[in-house]
Amino acid sequence: MSDVLLEARKITMRFGGLKAVDSLEFQIKKGQLAGLIGPNGAGKTTVFNMLTGVYQPTSGEVLLEEQSLQGLAPYEISHRGVTRTFQNIRLFKNLTVLDNVLIAGHQHVKYGLFDTLLQTENFRTDEKRLQEKAIDLLKIFHLEDKAHKPATSLPYGEQRKLEIVRALATDPKIILLDEPAAGMNHSETHHLMETIAKIREEFKLTVLLIEHDMKLVMGICENIIVLDHGVKIEEGAPAKVQNSAKVIEAYLGVEEKE
Amino acid sequence: MKAFKNPALALLGLCLLGVALNFSVNAYIQLILLFAGVNCLLSMSLNLVNGYTGQFSLGHAGFMAIGAYFSAYASTRWSFAPSSLLVVQYFVFTLGAGLVAAVAGFLVGLPSLRLKGDYLAIVTLGFGEIIRVALLNMDFVGGPRGLSGIPGFGSFLWSFAFASLWIVICFFTIWRVMHSSHGRGFLSVREDEIAAEAMGINTTRMKVKAFVLSSFFAGVAGALFAHFTNFINPSSFTFLQSVNAVIMVVLGGMGSMTGSIVAAIIITVLPEALRPLQELTGVDLRMVIYSLSLVLMMILRPKGLFGDMELSDVWRKYVRRSA
Repeated sequence: MSDVLLEARKITMRFGGLKAVDSLEFQIKKGQLAGLIGPNGAGKTTVFNMLTGVYQPTSGEVLLEEQSLQGLAPYEISHRGVTRTFQNIRLFKNLTVLDNVLIAGHQHVKYGLFDTLLQTENFRTDEKRLQEKAIDLLKIFHLEDKAHKPATSLPYGEQRKLEIVRALATDPKIILLDEPAAGMNHSETHHLMETIAKIREEFKLTVLLIEHDMKLVMGICENIIVLDHGVKIEEGAPAKVQNSAKVIEAYLGVEEKE
Repeated sequence: MKAFKNPALALLGLCLLGVALNFSVNAYIQLILLFAGVNCLLSMSLNLVNGYTGQFSLGHAGFMAIGAYFSAYASTRWSFAPSSLLVVQYFVFTLGAGLVAAVAGFLVGLPSLRLKGDYLAIVTLGFGEIIRVALLNMDFVGGPRGLSGIPGFGSFLWSFAFASLWIVICFFTIWRVMHSSHGRGFLSVREDEIAAEAMGINTTRMKVKAFVLSSFFAGVAGALFAHFTNFINPSSFTFLQSVNAVIMVVLGGMGSMTGSIVAAIIITVLPEALRPLQELTGVDLRMVIYSLSLVLMMILRPKGLFGDMELSDVWRKYVRRSA
């Protein structure tokens, strides 16, 4: 078995006449921390939506451990072990912090309707296991004290963290983080990146993260894919990407010759 | 508050209430109370779809009709038990009524629950009407004449006990489901479908599940209604009946079980309680006051009586704190 976890084979996404993503190819190895960067409107979130089944690619396919994810619904892809967070936070706002995490654990529930109605032993032990696991996950980001508060009552930064906790509760193989540090200040960002590195170790996770800010990903990513206008313009280690003429052009433009 | 946790205790309490009512109030009020029981079942079941799962269904009367017709038809044609075991027979038929309605709910829900919001409301409204019109044209259930001579329970006490039994079953079924992972799945669909899918929730399946469970209890409510009135025809299950159920859910608070119960009782009792006023003034102000109170209610408490809280939460929040 190869060490490639997630692979995109020539995935293309068309919206009418617009090619949002054009024949994109990349491989993410097991345990890798990869970054997907690019200027505004480069198609980064569209790529995430294709990887998680929100959009079906117009052509090309996505493979997880050499198995095609073609035609699977988002929930099925989640069951296979691909999870994500959202750029514009999508928590279950009116539910408690704990419920948010518990919902992500639903796919691992062992009891059925019958157990629920009769409150059997099976129901109680499984429910207890779920709750304990959820609390443990919340502890990573020190959210356990707020477990019974509604998700909207959390400050912005903590809502982003809760999204990560919720994604972890699905027991993923790979977690896709869509601008996890958006709206955070420098020290918060730094702290978040450390935590991401830590959970990756602890859960033996593979991480793919979108970041807008190039400097930020340089520190932690091992492999960086640069997207511009839906096309991959560069891929490789941070040092390589940093010095690529194409990347600098995409971000800063090019000087016109007189 | 212990009755919230123990079904047997709740049933016992309701039956004792039934005994008290049996001797204290007249037959007219007793009948209204039985209708309140039917409406409790309707609003609790609709709350599961409209309140908890966030899907706007406007066809609840259709499922009620299916249940009512099944139980009515069965008890006039297929009576199997000796008179001493009639209660068992009624239970079997109401259960059957619920199951038939649940199957109908599944058939209606599967295609229509892919739609959202207003579209779903219109489609369910359409299905509700289709069921009614179909019954109108079926000769073996009497067509527009309806079914008459449906056997009742004989006494108020039996009727009330039977309604109580189903209310307790319905309440605890929904309550327990909502306090399990399945119930949290329903809530996640209401909160954010895209996020729910990404977290591994099969949202279509969740919606169909909620819809089927809801239809089941609507069918049971219909069956009880048939046995209490002894006569049903298609015009007992018009669009207005569906709207009435929605009003009860909204008034009680979307996603509040006890709210649904309280609202169902208010909505059933209020128009009747206002009747003496008509004799006094000579004008029928009943519906004017009824509608006005609904309008005022929505202005003053837009989230319904209890919002998404339960009676027990309200108790904890206001009563105990002030004590």
